[in-house]
Amino acid sequence: MSAAPPTIVVPPVEVPAASVPTVGSHVRDYLARVRGGDIGALPAVLGLIVLCVVFTALRPNFMTEGNFANLFTQGAAVTLIAMGLVFVLLLGEIDLSAGFASGVCAAVLAQLVTLQGFPWYVAVAAALVTGVVIGLVIGFLVAKIGIPSFVVTLAAFLAFQGIVLLLIKGGTNVSVRDEVLVAIANRNMPPWLGWALTLLGVAGYAVVQLLRHRNRGALGLVTEPLAVVLIRIGVLGVLAGTAVYLLNLERSRNVLVSLKGVPIVVPIIAVLLVVLTFVLQRTAYGRHVYAVGGNREAARRAGINVDRIRISVFVICSFMAAIGGIVAASRATSVDANTGGSKVLLYAVGAAVIGGTSLFGGKGRIVDAVLGGAVIAVIDNGMGLLGRSSGFTFVVTGLVLLLAASVDALSRRRAAATGNR
Amino acid sequence: MSATPLLELRGIDKSFGPVQVLRDVDFSVNPGEVTALVGDNGAGKSTLVKCVAGIYSADGGEVLFDGRPVHIHNPRDAAALGIEVVYQDLALCDNLDIVQNMFLGREKRSGLVLDEPTMEQMAAETLAGLSVRTVKSLRQHVSSLSGGQRQTVAIAKAVLWNSRIVILDEPTAALGVAQTAQVLELVRRLADNGLAVVLISHNMNDVFAVSDQIAMLYLGQMVAQLRTSDVTHAQVVELITAGRSGGLGLTGETGNGNGNGNGKQDSPPTETTSAGADR
Repeated sequence: MSAAPPTIVVPPVEVPAASVPTVGSHVRDYLARVRGGDIGALPAVLGLIVLCVVFTALRPNFMTEGNFANLFTQGAAVTLIAMGLVFVLLLGEIDLSAGFASGVCAAVLAQLVTLQGFPWYVAVAAALVTGVVIGLVIGFLVAKIGIPSFVVTLAAFLAFQGIVLLLIKGGTNVSVRDEVLVAIANRNMPPWLGWALTLLGVAGYAVVQLLRHRNRGALGLVTEPLAVVLIRIGVLGVLAGTAVYLLNLERSRNVLVSLKGVPIVVPIIAVLLVVLTFVLQRTAYGRHVYAVGGNREAARRAGINVDRIRISVFVICSFMAAIGGIVAASRATSVDANTGGSKVLLYAVGAAVIGGTSLFGGKGRIVDAVLGGAVIAVIDNGMGLLGRSSGFTFVVTGLVLLLAASVDALSRRRAAATGNR
Repeated sequence: MSATPLLELRGIDKSFGPVQVLRDVDFSVNPGEVTALVGDNGAGKSTLVKCVAGIYSADGGEVLFDGRPVHIHNPRDAAALGIEVVYQDLALCDNLDIVQNMFLGREKRSGLVLDEPTMEQMAAETLAGLSVRTVKSLRQHVSSLSGGQRQTVAIAKAVLWNSRIVILDEPTAALGVAQTAQVLELVRRLADNGLAVVLISHNMNDVFAVSDQIAMLYLGQMVAQLRTSDVTHAQVVELITAGRSGGLGLTGETGNGNGNGNGKQDSPPTETTSAGADR
């Protein structure tokens, strides 16, 4: 009785208007995108170059091996927190408590390892679990109860400040002396290991990129020209190589103690950068994060569990804040009432936004946090070298953050005007 | 026209609290045909569609799919039967590209990783199958597409899943003349490919241009479901606004209490330039 199920007859594939891209067209496309308001991390890269030139001109010792290494360890904690914040910002939400969440986790770490005498791995695990729990609570309040994230995290900002004080028993300063924990932000890898990891990283990137290029080509899909892929691999190789070379130079002024190598925190950031980028770009979960950030209703209709995505980004953010807190505790070799406080949060938000992550949701990458974190670290470090008061540094950093947010808003307007968004 | 309609609704009732929105509605959709669902604002078109799509569940009545009774309780049930709805506000994510939007929520994976090449190929095949050649690149963000292209992507998304019924909610409402023509052509092509298409529209020109049947709702009641070739433009307008027209439509006292109908009021655009009633 029933009619045969109709099937759509698909004629042989004709990819619509497939023009084979060349290097030239690739560059033209990129320029057109930039003009159209899709500027990505361009301001961060340009800002980084300008800042380095300015600071070097004003203070020649800005460009020394020692200071170069400092930049990495100084910027590490903020960068790690910013990497987590990218997830939250992608949904158009905000986590104002990320700074003090890192403080709470660091206080848990110090409490366990110093006051209770637990081994470092127990303390680290406890700090990370604390981060996850904080994220779950915030995410639940935002997604299930429906309180705006701004309010929830503002309340948490205050409460966590109190929890830090309670955990470290008032105003005292709990030192962290465990060798492993201190090593994270204060010790370096042997030079050969730095080279080996760099080689591994660049080779891995090259293999992934070339394989993808070949697979797409084999399936007859539009691929970017091989030259562009090779240039990208080359640029990464040169940058990473230069950095490792500089970090492997002797930077101790004391003849008796040698100080060289890549700080241990650098590969930690690099690994997290790769893992989180993979999650965002290559998994269904990451795709759903972008979808919820772009159009929540569309995501819901597509069968995506929006609440779960919203909770999960806060969990990731607080988890990354926990890692940031551990690194901060390691660098300061202590935890006090101000760990994760004062400018940490604003620096982290600033890092993500300067790197090109939109405050309006739907747009951003993990690498933005790293680039923006570098800008923030350079400003902080350079201002210190200039010997300016911290009041002056605050003002400048605030202005840079405002500038980044304006660039974000203006590029968005530009994109709307040119029909790109 | 096949003997059994692909989808048949019988005696559907739906109330929201004291308000009865649908009253004893019958509606059927045949494969390979465009069935237009028309009615004034508040006539119950959207509610009817949402009952079919599983967003609401009907209070009473039967749903037959392929001649078998089925129960549609949520959107997943509808999708499992091959019923896809393209909503008026499109439900596309501006910040994702065409392929990503078409597979949203149903991504192909190999292991943990998204299988982008396969998705891109399937998207290209689907668009080619619909003879869509207006998009420059499948990796274009949806934000850079025109209204008609967006509608095309939304429709292609609905067709991608071996769907059997595609319900389009006012697909041309926000489009210009050329884009409307382009989308209507696509609607016709869906039906010619063997799908059952339900077209909700306010625009009589569109309805007469592409539909095979017209179903008219008036204040929650199905006035009539007729072959497009058997009615005129003016009759349809009258059925929508008054509930009856000559011998057609609701009989007698039923739904005419509010003096809304009452006659000719020189049936708005009687000039009927549409004349597309060639189907």
